[in-house]
Amino acid sequence: MIDLTLPLSDSAVRDLKVGDPVSLHGVMVTGRDAAHKWLVETFIRETRAPQGDELAAVEALRPLLSSGAIYHCGPVVAGLDTKQYRFVAAGPTTSTREEPYQADVIEHFGVRAVIGKGGMGARTLAACQSAPAVYLHAIGGAATLIAKTVTRVLGVHKLEFGVPEALWVIEVRGFPAVVTMDAHGRSLHAQVEAQSRAALDRLLAS
Amino acid sequence: MRDLTDDFLELIRRTSTDLPPDVEKALVQARRGEAPGSAARNALDSILENVALARRDSSPICQDTGTPIFTVRHPAGWSTRELRLQIRKAVAQATARAYLRPNAVDSLSGKNSGDNLGDDAFPTIHFEEVEGETLTVDLMLKGGGCENVGAQYSLPHAALGAGRDMEGVRRVALDAVHQAQGQGCAPGVLGIAVGGDRGSSYLASKEVLLRPLDDANPDPALAELEARLLRDANELGIGPMGFGGRTTVLGVKAGSLHRLPASFFVSVSYMCWAHRRRRMIVAGDAVRYADRSEP
Repeated sequence: MIDLTLPLSDSAVRDLKVGDPVSLHGVMVTGRDAAHKWLVETFIRETRAPQGDELAAVEALRPLLSSGAIYHCGPVVAGLDTKQYRFVAAGPTTSTREEPYQADVIEHFGVRAVIGKGGMGARTLAACQSAPAVYLHAIGGAATLIAKTVTRVLGVHKLEFGVPEALWVIEVRGFPAVVTMDAHGRSLHAQVEAQSRAALDRLLAS
Repeated sequence: MRDLTDDFLELIRRTSTDLPPDVEKALVQARRGEAPGSAARNALDSILENVALARRDSSPICQDTGTPIFTVRHPAGWSTRELRLQIRKAVAQATARAYLRPNAVDSLSGKNSGDNLGDDAFPTIHFEEVEGETLTVDLMLKGGGCENVGAQYSLPHAALGAGRDMEGVRRVALDAVHQAQGQGCAPGVLGIAVGGDRGSSYLASKEVLLRPLDDANPDPALAELEARLLRDANELGIGPMGFGGRTTVLGVKAGSLHRLPASFFVSVSYMCWAHRRRRMIVAGDAVRYADRSEP
């Protein structure tokens, strides 16, 4: 098990290789479908003007994302009425939906770790190589187990997206994941896809 | 009419937090099949640890508590309008208690209702009047990750060499599992419907998922299809979470529907390993809860 403390140095990122189990400590930000679309359209491609307090929100997020981690997660959160937020269940969501956005978010914000499940595609893998950055696979569905590693909820942005889609700033201790895409162009997902394609061809040939 | 709101709330709590024993047993078996120290084995260790923690703490197994799908079989004399109101009230209460994540999003505005109540189709409630005196309510929580990897094929399918026969069904179902990779939270359960129209076919592919994992299909052709697909799918090597490994699916359940001469649909619903389904039985004054392994 490799202990990683956020924010991550470039050399720590480059040292990671596919298959390494890791344990994360420090502050990370959740962000999924609505968050990625918002970040890319408003602050990267600038096809949409920032509204309300969005500039303040992104300025608060920049130092956290820089050399930091973004977690594809739509949590179950208790304490919504009192704002004494607590993560109850917080496993990863399927990452491939962020494929159109992820490379831009890594590059623009200097993200060093993308955490999710199911892996991502060629464009994200290329961005991991040039950044450097890694894709960390958390265990899908292990929501109560992972929520226990969230020691504090430090804040939330864009709660108007709804609880699952908001950007939650959380502090974690011992958050478990596995490196499945590294900064050297290797992807466990591409490998398993190719192997299972060959197995499928055999099964359909018979 | 009798108020079952509290009982529905308990049904939701159990479904979200307490994985049925047949599913847990299949996961334990899958774990034994993976090499010690492999990513697949470690993933199943975490999954089983999570299942135990969720049950102990009454906390959701998975944060994606999905679309709540209720199937209500009621004797004559029950008001489905009242039952719908009670179920919706229980769903909102379960959301406030963090047994469910607020999941109902207006597709046009993007606004999340915050209490899991959307239009009449959210939560989904199917009603059927039955003979006898017993009311049964099945609840399945089906998350978005696995729902997104479901697939429907119109046969014949030239690229897959799939004709209008059971071999054709096998070929497209294996394609669906390959396409899904680990994204539906493998190892999952396949629900397969052969025939119907596009709508009834998808619906039937979810209904078969209510069957216990260890039952036998009474139709010999479908039983053979299930056994063959289970064997073949596990030869794909996709493994838990798509990490590579021996268990890609935990089970296969298939059903068939009459079809039009012109149509031959095969629908595949993928259920994640967190196969959350529970039954509530109301007989006389008594309310009891069953996992789907018992009759």
